[in-house]
Amino acid sequence: MSRTASEDSNRRMLRARDAMDRAYAQPLDVPALARIAHVSEAHFTRTFRAVFGETPHRYLQRRRVERAMFLLRETGRSVTDICFDVGFGSTGTFSRTFRDIVGQSPRQYRKQAMAQPVPTCFAMAWTRPAR
Amino acid sequence: MFNAITHSQIYVLDQDEALDFYVGKLGLEVGADIPLGFMRWLTVSVPGHPERQILLEQPGGPMMSEETAAQVRDLVTKGAMGGWLILTTDDCRKTYETLLARGVEFTEEPTERPYGTDCGLRDPFGNRIRFTQPRA
Repeated sequence: MSRTASEDSNRRMLRARDAMDRAYAQPLDVPALARIAHVSEAHFTRTFRAVFGETPHRYLQRRRVERAMFLLRETGRSVTDICFDVGFGSTGTFSRTFRDIVGQSPRQYRKQAMAQPVPTCFAMAWTRPAR
Repeated sequence: MFNAITHSQIYVLDQDEALDFYVGKLGLEVGADIPLGFMRWLTVSVPGHPERQILLEQPGGPMMSEETAAQVRDLVTKGAMGGWLILTTDDCRKTYETLLARGVEFTEEPTERPYGTDCGLRDPFGNRIRFTQPRA
């Protein structure tokens, strides 16, 4: 026995989620992600939400904010540069989304943040802000 | 007290497919492949390092109910089971190119880190694997 249809579907959605982790700064949209998962666009958003409990859009926002948190902690780049580095199209959207997800502004976060000396994947997964 | 870790375990959905991947693609070697009747004891290790075996275990009865096995399989394919391996290599970029040519699904290209150069991939089932070229 290899995989059931549901397990195969999970694996496809995971492949698309991995693509968001990898290419978060690119303008990823549902058609591109659906192609990676080899499913239709309508099927993709619905299935992704069923598998991971959130929409692909929200996951991508959280991934971008997690990367922004990393850059705020670990670099001296400006908030504006970081906004565009992680794939947001405007500083207004970035600040609003960051505050919505993290509960504080990027500048407030930077003031109290600390470096996290653990392997990259763990830092990525465990510092990704909650939904 | 303790002096080594000799065995660790990850869940795979199909042991033949796991062998194709872990031995055929990643280049690990079979440590043991023993049909015990109630289970197939299948381990792999890094060539030259038989002291550290990875058990490739297929979830199912009688160890767990079919319902539980289905839950485990569900979690593995969502990438949420927690099966993890971190390997080391002398040349991360060369190993990456070799495995890419073999069709391995990478989640992350080789990247410079404070501790060395590393990258990430998934096995066919959803388990995460990293390999690192430690900083000299």
